[in-house]
Amino acid sequence: MSSYLLGLECRGCGRVLPAEPTSICDECYSPVEPCYDYNALRGKLTREVLQSRPRDMWRYAELLPLRREPQARLPVGGTPLIEARNLGRALGHRALYIKNDSMNYPTLSFKDRVVSVALNAALEFGYDTLACSSTGNLANAVAAQAARAGIKAVVFVPADIEDAKLTASRIYGATVIRVQGNYDAVNRLCTQISQERRWAFVNVNFRPFYAEGSKTVGYEIAEQLGWKLPGAVVVPMAGGSLIGRIRKSFSELAYLGIVEDDAREVRICGAQASGCAPIARAVETGRAEITPERPDTIARSLVIGNPADGPFAARAIRESGGSAAHATDEELIEGIRLLASTEGIFAETAGGVTVAAFQKLMAQGAIDPDQPAVLVITGNGLKTAEAVANVGGEVFLIPPKLREFDRVYAGSASQAAQEQAAQELVA
Amino acid sequence: MAITVKLGSPFRRHTGGADKITSAAPDLPALFGDLESRFPGLTKHLVGDNGEPRPFLNIYVNEEDIRFLGGKNYKFADDDEVLLIPAVAGGSN
Repeated sequence: MSSYLLGLECRGCGRVLPAEPTSICDECYSPVEPCYDYNALRGKLTREVLQSRPRDMWRYAELLPLRREPQARLPVGGTPLIEARNLGRALGHRALYIKNDSMNYPTLSFKDRVVSVALNAALEFGYDTLACSSTGNLANAVAAQAARAGIKAVVFVPADIEDAKLTASRIYGATVIRVQGNYDAVNRLCTQISQERRWAFVNVNFRPFYAEGSKTVGYEIAEQLGWKLPGAVVVPMAGGSLIGRIRKSFSELAYLGIVEDDAREVRICGAQASGCAPIARAVETGRAEITPERPDTIARSLVIGNPADGPFAARAIRESGGSAAHATDEELIEGIRLLASTEGIFAETAGGVTVAAFQKLMAQGAIDPDQPAVLVITGNGLKTAEAVANVGGEVFLIPPKLREFDRVYAGSASQAAQEQAAQELVA
Repeated sequence: MAITVKLGSPFRRHTGGADKITSAAPDLPALFGDLESRFPGLTKHLVGDNGEPRPFLNIYVNEEDIRFLGGKNYKFADDDEVLLIPAVAGGSN
């Protein structure tokens, strides 16, 4: 593989720095972002070339910020895009799709993608410890991929994360530091530690590399739609990185001539939980700056009150003509239930937020019900099962006797639905 | 009254390597003034044209984000520890 990475471009002053493990410009301290030699790629990276490669995120390797062939090349990404006819019918949309990253490899969330890029960059730069501040999913992805690559992992999480996310970090052998504070406190601490130790913090000093992994969600959506861009995407927002990179991925595909659609016409829509919605509120009120919040929601994977990429996310939404919405805990739980019961996809709390926010955006008329729309589901419901412990279908406990089964089933919702369906057939 | 000001390592480029100073500034605008007098050229990277801290600068007082304490209106107390650090800055170089 040839590398097309030119360096890291400062989003403040525009200087291009050499590709190094840093997330900010050394002159003006603004965030930096990888830039590529797109003109050299034009005509070389075609649909045919891409389709001839294995179906995972590495088929887009030229658009990722590595200088060499990835050393730790796991089959990450390549997750399904499914037509969500049932959910669409329930919510009044006629061309709805789900990008289902809840089944990503190896840890069932979209974070597998970003860690994959950060890990390979860390290996290129000779780091032996992978670290992160995380609300849970990222810690899982760091722990798993570091184990496979044979390097150390140290993950920092808020003390109150879900049990499943804690377990799914420990099992790989990572050192887990539970910090008594919210995610923003964890992140501040990690920023300080990253200045003292030569560790690859995937979302701190390796953030420019990490964030680019998110673009592969967008490339895959376009490819799976038959090399077309959707009319709208709805994306959950925590730090605000994913949503901006999905927009960037569409622009890159359009610039390279891989898709013919105008990337500027894709409405980029963001979803947050009402208990932590600094980006959505900035969009709603038209403010450029983000006012930090103290999070209070069960959507713990989204509880970033001071989102690092918040201003960029808000700008991406505004420039695209998109919108943002936020959902209460009750609404997001209903969103999880609705997605599961219509499409058979069990999403984590962030997925419930995305479905509930989509519902609100539809009600506001922010999304065209006839243009393809994609909901990005980023995490797996089994990791936040406690959020829906008392939601869903009926559960009966019976002795192993036929008449006991007949007795309880006669009064069940399933039986009632069956009878109603039979009556409708007769009528 | 004196406060301790810790400067994240990326700023050391503009501070001649200093990572900690003591200041008598009563509030954030005064602290920016103090920093500019000691380290000419630093403050323009910390404060925007509107006089507000730049969006990618995080400022903590005793581990609390200063925006939750009143921001520019917060009056420093004796022995406050102030940390200035670029958002998501890292690296041990």
